[in-house]
Amino acid sequence: MRTTIPRVLWVPAALAWLLVAIPVAGLVVRVDWPNFLGLVTTPSALAALRLSLETGLATMVLCLLLGGPLAVVLARSSLPGLAFIRSVVLLPLVLPPVVGGLTLLFLFGRTGPVGSFLGREFGITIPFSTTAVVLAQTFVAMPFLVVSLEGALRTAGERYEAVAATLGASPTTTLWRVTVPVVLPGLMSGSVLAFARALGEFGATITFAGSLEGTTRTLPLFIYLESESDLDGAVAMSLVLVVVAIAVIVISRTRDLR
Amino acid sequence: MAGAAAVLGLALTACGGSDSGSGQQAGQQAPARTLTVSAAASLTSVYQQLGTEFQNANPGTTVKFNFGGSDSLAQQVVQGAPADVLATASSKTMNTAVQAGKIQGEPVIYATNSLQIAVAPNNPKGITDLASLNRPGIVSVVCAPAVPCGAAAEAAEKAAGVTLTPASEEQDVKGVLNRVQTGNADAGLVYVTDVKSTNGKVQGVSFPQASAQGAVQSYPIGVVTGSQNADLAQSWISFVRGEQGTAALQQAGFVTK
Repeated sequence: MRTTIPRVLWVPAALAWLLVAIPVAGLVVRVDWPNFLGLVTTPSALAALRLSLETGLATMVLCLLLGGPLAVVLARSSLPGLAFIRSVVLLPLVLPPVVGGLTLLFLFGRTGPVGSFLGREFGITIPFSTTAVVLAQTFVAMPFLVVSLEGALRTAGERYEAVAATLGASPTTTLWRVTVPVVLPGLMSGSVLAFARALGEFGATITFAGSLEGTTRTLPLFIYLESESDLDGAVAMSLVLVVVAIAVIVISRTRDLR
Repeated sequence: MAGAAAVLGLALTACGGSDSGSGQQAGQQAPARTLTVSAAASLTSVYQQLGTEFQNANPGTTVKFNFGGSDSLAQQVVQGAPADVLATASSKTMNTAVQAGKIQGEPVIYATNSLQIAVAPNNPKGITDLASLNRPGIVSVVCAPAVPCGAAAEAAEKAAGVTLTPASEEQDVKGVLNRVQTGNADAGLVYVTDVKSTNGKVQGVSFPQASAQGAVQSYPIGVVTGSQNADLAQSWISFVRGEQGTAALQQAGFVTK
């Protein structure tokens, strides 16, 4: 049964929705439609789109591999200081992206502790590389996966896992045969959200990875650069980014839509 | 439904009203006049210094600055942002405002800025000219060709017959400077004024092609059409071009004219 919504909520609710929808709609109006196809298919635009999709996928995989286990630990363990550990994980959500980029630069940069070690021992330089883009994106996207997955794990509860354990299943078997199937929707939507966040990542990337076509210039960086010289191109690619983002979010949220 | 729409419209109007309110200064000094100067980011420290001097010379006057990228500033003026003076870092960006009829008369070019190769202090990699940026093992950074410092770099490269292979094409000159300053790049093309602004944290290497056609950056200034303080704006321009302005600009590394 659905509860009745107090009438007074409709106005602020509508305003809230419009606050997001109207600017995006404004973008559609501003697009130079006759030249749209030409603007979004320049070699530079395509290189940026391609790089964004590739690094976004790599970021999603990295978030799954690292953030997945972290979410399980956060939801199921009784480590001391769990609240503190969780707060740290959420930090990138509230940090200005530039701060994220700077912290990465100080750690992995040529003069940073890890960066100078990698350069000295292996001749690896991380800034200005595609690896740097994926690292920056993972830094900001990871909380989205961890939060979604941890929420799903907590909602699902531990009953089935406890039953599996009493039936003699090992912790690993329980994880793969019971836990993962139960939280699969949460895992999927968390991954997709992380991918979407990676697509929109800007500040940490430009600070840490730099901006070079085909190597580190992702779609948001391309749009920022274009906005300085060719506003029509920037607007056109902004729309492409919005469409991709909406598609991704709809996919991740399909279960919730009625 | 109509009621809801009306409330919505009201609320939106209210939002707009509070956003555009800039009456902070007006409340503090009753007869005061406020001069709003939109200026290129590279002018920040010089203009701030000159702003204080101008205020001292003209009691009751407040100079308010809007620093940013030249292209954004020009766009803002074209879109009707309130400004009395527009001072960009290139003729191209100034022309955007001129062509939109937003500048009174002809803007004047009062200063120029040229490129230098920024390197770490004492030049550990022994960078001497543009060609040495392409040596193996040298990480160099420039501005993207789409932004003014990148266009200048391209012109210098062309004059030198060198095609640089940078690790990154930054959005603005400060980005390039940061890369060199943090040691993540060995060399970067920035303006003389940027090198000076670091007070020795980076060193500048001059090269002949910096004075090539298209590589030298011009700094035009003009009064914005429709300014309520056109006379005050004009006296700011005279001040910047006067004795104090010239001294401050030269101190910062600009070439005045």
